[in-house]
Amino acid sequence: MIFTIGMRELKSLFLSPLAWSILAVVQLILAYLFLGRVEVFQMYQSQLMAMDSAPGLTEIIMPDLLGNAAIILLLVVPLLTMRMVAEERRNRTLSLLFSAPLSMTEIVLGKYLGILMFLLILLALIALMPLSLLAGASLDLGLLASGFLGLALLLASFAAVGLFMSTLTQYPTVAAISTFGALLLFWILDWSGQGVTGGNWLAYLSLFDHYKPFLDGIFDSADSAYHLLLIATFLVLSIRRLDADRLGG
Amino acid sequence: MNGTILVEVKQLSRFYGTLQAVKNVSFSIRQGEVLGFLGPNGAGKTTTMQIISGNLAPSGGSVTIAGHDLLENPRAAKAAIGYLPESPPLYRELTVDEYLDYCAALNHIPRAQRKKARDHAKERCGLPDAGRRLIGNLSKGYQQRVGIAQAIIHLPPVVILDEPTVGLDPIQIREIRALIRELGREHGVILSTHILPEVQTTCDHVQIINNGELVLNESIEGLEHHMKAASITVAFRQPPAIEALEKLPGVKSVQPENDGRLHVYHESDRNPTDDILRLAVEKNWGLYEIRPGRLSLEQVFLELTTEAAGGIAMTEAPAPGPEGGGA
Repeated sequence: MIFTIGMRELKSLFLSPLAWSILAVVQLILAYLFLGRVEVFQMYQSQLMAMDSAPGLTEIIMPDLLGNAAIILLLVVPLLTMRMVAEERRNRTLSLLFSAPLSMTEIVLGKYLGILMFLLILLALIALMPLSLLAGASLDLGLLASGFLGLALLLASFAAVGLFMSTLTQYPTVAAISTFGALLLFWILDWSGQGVTGGNWLAYLSLFDHYKPFLDGIFDSADSAYHLLLIATFLVLSIRRLDADRLGG
Repeated sequence: MNGTILVEVKQLSRFYGTLQAVKNVSFSIRQGEVLGFLGPNGAGKTTTMQIISGNLAPSGGSVTIAGHDLLENPRAAKAAIGYLPESPPLYRELTVDEYLDYCAALNHIPRAQRKKARDHAKERCGLPDAGRRLIGNLSKGYQQRVGIAQAIIHLPPVVILDEPTVGLDPIQIREIRALIRELGREHGVILSTHILPEVQTTCDHVQIINNGELVLNESIEGLEHHMKAASITVAFRQPPAIEALEKLPGVKSVQPENDGRLHVYHESDRNPTDDILRLAVEKNWGLYEIRPGRLSLEQVFLELTTEAAGGIAMTEAPAPGPEGGGA
């Protein structure tokens, strides 16, 4: 049942030009950045060869590419999630789900699954770029995998926040702006801690701090747990919010 | 008519803040019954329907659907309902077939049976050729039909329709009403409307709700009784003097209309129809129309819903116009 709702969400995304244009624009910008990094590598290749323990191709390209991807997707994900509940509420189609024999959890998880599937497609398209280098070079696949796992978790967190914001309102734009604001805030929380040594709990909450290690190839279960907790929290909040819809009218 | 009880609503109430939109409403419907739910705007019709369909939680009272309590066992209860809200919940970007398949899936119809369920629902709602069209491109009437198809696709015991004929053309209205009647044979149907003739033509049972309270809960026969007034409407080509009619036994008064028709008010136990007919033939008045005067449902409705404002006299108004049902 969750899958049924998810598939419909995914299908509806692709029935509007929004999804296609987002895929195209993200791909175009990231391709440009990717080619820029490849060029950098080519320029310094001879110098790198002379160095001891020089950074490899993957190390030069991936952290930079995925770091930029995260920033771009921070802007893009709110646009994808804004419609999920807000638009249904506005078009009064929510009652179709509410009067069907479904629990609120199924509805929320179904919608979340739909957006996750879309983000996975987006991720796969991004991953194709570095993977294409395999044709002529060898890559550090571990680093690659760690980076994309990090990005996947990050996007899943973005989507959960976005979904929750979408349950709060009936105006998609309001949902998009609040999602963007919330994500940006989560992102820059660590700025406040700069200069303070250790023990800054605000910085610990920062999304960025829990994304960076993945890019360096460090898989820390604490970082994964952070993302999973964030996702769970916002999904539970979404379920509660929709339940309150029924109680409050 | 005497099937099992499908919906049992007990002491239902609902507050919006301090405003009590539904006050201790209780009723039930049986299988094979069409229940008409009437009321002026803002009377609590839609709120009640939203509660029964599980879209809104009641502040008090209980709803039992096909034996399942809506609050304790919502899944089983909701599986027994098909609900068409005021504005049909349609995804405009899907085709009719895609949409109905989705609805079938939401209602746990196994994949193998979905096509059959979909075709059946389309056929009943007069949509056999619309399957591949985008819902967003359909006319309002067709969208409404898709909405109804959505509500009956899983053949629920109870079908709840909130103003299903709004915005339809007269032919479509007739078709939809026929469909509702047909649904009423196997299912229990709750029909909310403020179009009174709709209730007279389609429902077995009528409820009028006003300010959140049920003010009338009556079978359609009982309502007919409410509506019988002691009057006759007659029309003659060569109208006699009014006194000639007033002299007849049982006649209390005669009132001429602008269009030449006469309203004859009589004592309720002495109907002068036979005398009028006999005289008309004997004296060659050229009688060309005679019908029993009836209160229209409108008048009953007005009477019941404006009681606080003093009420409208029932006795002085024989039914004019096509809505009276007597034409």
